[in-house]
Amino acid sequence: MGYIIQAEKLAKSYGDFQALKGISFKINKGECFGFLGHNGAGKSTTMRMIYGLSTVTEGWLEVLGERITPLTPSHLKKIFGIVPQEDNLDPDLTVIENLQVYGGYFNIASKEAMARGQELLEFMGIADKINVNVEKLSGGAKRRLVIARALINKPEIIILDEPTTGLDPQARRLVWQKLRKLKEEGVTMLLTTHYMEEAAQLCDRLAIMNDGLILAEGTPEELINKYVLPFVIEVRASVDMLPPNINEKIGAMGGRAEYMVDSLFIFTENGRAMWDNIDKTGLDQHTCYLRPANLEDVFLKLTGKREES
Amino acid sequence: MIMAFNILKRHLVVFRRTLWSNMVFNAIEPFLYLSAMGFGLGAFVPQMEGMTYIQFMAPGMVASASMWAATFECTYASFIRLHFEKIFHAMLAGPATVADVVAGEVLIGIVKNIVFGIVILVVIGLMGQVQSAWSLLIPLFLVVPGTVFSLMALSYTGIITHIDYLNYYITLITTPMYLLAGVFFPISAMPEWLQIVAWFNPLYHSVEVCRALVVGQVSILLWQHVVSLVFFSIVLAPVPVYFMKKRLIS
Repeated sequence: MGYIIQAEKLAKSYGDFQALKGISFKINKGECFGFLGHNGAGKSTTMRMIYGLSTVTEGWLEVLGERITPLTPSHLKKIFGIVPQEDNLDPDLTVIENLQVYGGYFNIASKEAMARGQELLEFMGIADKINVNVEKLSGGAKRRLVIARALINKPEIIILDEPTTGLDPQARRLVWQKLRKLKEEGVTMLLTTHYMEEAAQLCDRLAIMNDGLILAEGTPEELINKYVLPFVIEVRASVDMLPPNINEKIGAMGGRAEYMVDSLFIFTENGRAMWDNIDKTGLDQHTCYLRPANLEDVFLKLTGKREES
Repeated sequence: MIMAFNILKRHLVVFRRTLWSNMVFNAIEPFLYLSAMGFGLGAFVPQMEGMTYIQFMAPGMVASASMWAATFECTYASFIRLHFEKIFHAMLAGPATVADVVAGEVLIGIVKNIVFGIVILVVIGLMGQVQSAWSLLIPLFLVVPGTVFSLMALSYTGIITHIDYLNYYITLITTPMYLLAGVFFPISAMPEWLQIVAWFNPLYHSVEVCRALVVGQVSILLWQHVVSLVFFSIVLAPVPVYFMKKRLIS
């Protein structure tokens, strides 16, 4: 016990296609746990199993210590707030009606849902849209309404499946800000994303997924420390134009050469020193770019692919 | 079951918005049929089963308008909610189960079937074709055929993958039911094998009961129709749940 959600060797196949190949994870109360991966990595499949749109057929999954066999039952679904990948707002209803009706599904009385709905619209910064038909909302406002809807039942855990995909940078930051605020209030969050920045900004712990498997798990810092060195120099030159014996030269200088997505990345403990001596490797400093290592480097190293956004 | 009524509440919020335009529209078609066929064809048919032709036809219009209302709700409207609006998915992400979602659809099908049944009942009343106070039982009775028509339509909606296929249901299922239900002529006029087929037509049972109630020829034998319809409902109930599960749960 102690874990809100726990899975062991969870797998899922659709016909011949194996969407999920056996993943294990544990989510603590009050944390923000993220699944980071490409489209098709198995993130949404995992989410759908948790909130009851997919059956658990291989491995096991527990919510609040209760085994899911095979579909998440109503009494467990009640503790979730779901932000699905697709905004499935009710287009026949206004903004506030969407919240009232959805509250009704949780047996929340109309008056109470109305009051709580107004509060949530205020919180999400869309209170001025209260009587607007949802079809008339912008993408960002729709997303914020979906999040407000997910909060109507005061959930113990919010599940966000790609909460900011398709939003412009401004709208995305606004959503992040709201999610951080929820985190401060102690709400447990489970989110999927293919934006490294989103994962870095919001998640306490991450699982990097690829091809239906979890490749690595830990806090963003742990992952960076474990899989890459603290600094990286990106070399913006094509691989066949690189000076001869460059790998050895980098190695002799205490760096580590990694080739990802047809580019050279030089990882190092001491970024400044490597940068100052980079011309000794035969590279032109103008084609190089020094920065602290981040999650994207970990992701690239583990999946060998660049983020598609 | 509480959940199904919570879902029904959602449908009623939407229905209330379009109630008047819907009612007027739905009243026009049966009115046209009644006028054209009742008065037009009626001029050549002096009597049908001891009634004027328009009197014979009018209760059938109540039963069939109800059928069309439940059918359209649980075909086109449900299909849109399922595939385009994705609101079933939203319900399922809450505490609802697939059975709740199906029950909610059937309930709104029943509600619309009653509302439009009442509208047509009022229309034929205004045309002087309601003879008996037994007619007041019609809205209550319509719950039974409304359940059958909603379950049938929803089963088909759960099976198909493209909205165009709904036309087949209308043309191959609902229209034949409409024509072979004793609305326009008594089924005793049909060949014997068609009369047997008609027994499996839920609209036939609905028409028989509505006609008896409208003209006040009430007898214990009417229960055979009610029992048949209840039987159909029980048999059909699991079918849309099965197909909707296939559509919604992966």
